[in-house]
Amino acid sequence: MLDLRQYPSLGAALRDALEHWPNETCLIEADRDKEKTRLTYSDFKELARPLTRALQDADFREGDRAAIIMSNQSKWLVSAYAVFFCGGVLVPLDFKLTAAEHLQLLAHSKAKFLIVEYYLWRAIMQSPEFKKHGVKTVLVTEAPLRADLGGAYRWEDFHRKGDPIFIDRQREDVACIVYSSGTGGSPKGCVLTHENYLEQCTSLTAWYPFWPGVRYLSILPTNHAIDFMVGFIGPFVCGACVVHLRTLRPEYVRDAFVRYRISYMSLVPMVLKNLERGLRAKFDELPGRKRFMLNRLIALNKMLTRRRPNVKLSRRLLGQVHKAFGGQLLALFTGGAFMEPSTLQFFYDLGIPVANGYGLTEAGTALTLNDFKPFRADTVGRPLPGVELRVLSPDSEGVGEVAVHSKTVMSHYLDDPELTAETIVDGWLLTGDLGRFDFTGHLQLFGRKKNMIVTEGGKNVYPEDIETVFDGVSVKEYCVFAANYLWPLKQLGNELLFIVLRLETNQQFDGALLEDLTTRNRRLPDFKRVGGYLVWPKDFPRTASLKIKRATLAEEIGKTTDRAAIIQL
Amino acid sequence: MMTTEEQTLNEILTLAAQHFKVSRDKLKPDEDFFKTLNIDSLQALDLLTRLENHFHVEMPDYELQGVTDFRTLASRIQARL
Repeated sequence: MLDLRQYPSLGAALRDALEHWPNETCLIEADRDKEKTRLTYSDFKELARPLTRALQDADFREGDRAAIIMSNQSKWLVSAYAVFFCGGVLVPLDFKLTAAEHLQLLAHSKAKFLIVEYYLWRAIMQSPEFKKHGVKTVLVTEAPLRADLGGAYRWEDFHRKGDPIFIDRQREDVACIVYSSGTGGSPKGCVLTHENYLEQCTSLTAWYPFWPGVRYLSILPTNHAIDFMVGFIGPFVCGACVVHLRTLRPEYVRDAFVRYRISYMSLVPMVLKNLERGLRAKFDELPGRKRFMLNRLIALNKMLTRRRPNVKLSRRLLGQVHKAFGGQLLALFTGGAFMEPSTLQFFYDLGIPVANGYGLTEAGTALTLNDFKPFRADTVGRPLPGVELRVLSPDSEGVGEVAVHSKTVMSHYLDDPELTAETIVDGWLLTGDLGRFDFTGHLQLFGRKKNMIVTEGGKNVYPEDIETVFDGVSVKEYCVFAANYLWPLKQLGNELLFIVLRLETNQQFDGALLEDLTTRNRRLPDFKRVGGYLVWPKDFPRTASLKIKRATLAEEIGKTTDRAAIIQL
Repeated sequence: MMTTEEQTLNEILTLAAQHFKVSRDKLKPDEDFFKTLNIDSLQALDLLTRLENHFHVEMPDYELQGVTDFRTLASRIQARL
């Protein structure tokens, strides 16, 4: 691994990585069962060189911002490298947002360049707000031959001969602007520095090292903070290999483990549960005697790995199970959303450790992670090296808001000094998450103070971001809340968004209103939908500028009404 | 003979019922299948693979983005037949 303490920027570290392991494979891109690309570090450098030069010739300068909207693939990493080489600032956007949301975030980030996949660009061009976009240069990947690109360039043709000039940045300079939430309210653009990333990478690889030959399977989008770190920066500065799979289909994910002999993978709870379901179904198909034997071996493995994992031993005991995962798997990583301890335990008992962690975009990637000394399914692990955590104003059970002090904490929210001042107080980032430390120093989470949910797919959803879809609904006023914000459960999970409706005088909640709500709700992506509604008998409290006092309303509803009053939508 | 969109829709409903082991009558063309079947997006992708094999088409994952009912799914598949 490169000694990252010596590097002032991600660009400098990545540039040296390409020189350091020229013949190692750094990137494989597969689509279903077909391999589309395989690059060594030297190939990667050669692919990035003409693009980087063309960017510089197109007047992309240090500090300029370039957004990327792409599903995970090799062009994502090549483009990001070119941006860092030029001293630019990367704005990785979630490709699953709508075209209108993409345009809004492009405007908010003031991105000068955009690198985008064709089908997404086509949707952006069809958006009514398209003409207002302020991006100077757009590069489109994988466009069909005769496609109308609306003045954009083809990424594949955006080449210039000659060596680009490396522009270095300092540790305190901005590396990325990452949106931790949305679009409907005010976008939260986390401004992260080169130092944030270099420090995060150092602390993560101290516990989970990569080395040449290690293969990381990337199925999360690279714009996701976790994949950006463990599916790009981490493996690259260690000479390891990233395998991109351009589909989330479970059968191809399972196939990729074997085909590429994967060592590590990050996944969201939904994917882990899917793998669990698949394994359990396979176990259930076994004839009685084989099933009995398997259960005995699992019990033996569990006993022998009680104190710490022993992957080699587990591979010997449960060879068939490990073969289905390629036989080289060291660990899986998960975090960001509630993970059922029973699922984590299921995999651990099979000798497949799942390192459950906790982090937030505002603090880089991960703050805590399970170190398996010993495995603890009921916690999100211990603080990573260099991360200081505190529980503020703990109650009688030791539960309070988690605050973090670390070199991985973002610089600020883009163009929002007020929110920054509320969130980073005296150098401590207030996470809004409720937790406590147990006697062994493991962090346990109990929900959050914030009005938001985290889905099983690891997405943060803020009610303010989805309220616009209900604009014009025929009621006096409405507001969306996370149920756990009003009625804290002191545990994770059971995430639910619901809409509070204040009807007009003499208005009845009728079938037409229900249908209107249902139709509007379905316009939202499935993970953003509200799950129920509640009719509230009083006018909403409002500020002098007529904004709804959300916290006051939430408190009032929470104190006088029960969660059971929410009617399913 | 060209398959109509209505025929495609009917075949999808039958295959989905088999795939998720539910009664065919339970599935309605315009209802939210995530809710009716209580499935997540990965399970929906699994169904898509089965449909691809049946109709001999190939659809990228993003074709399913935003699709929540069988009728829209049928029109996406029909467009590729």
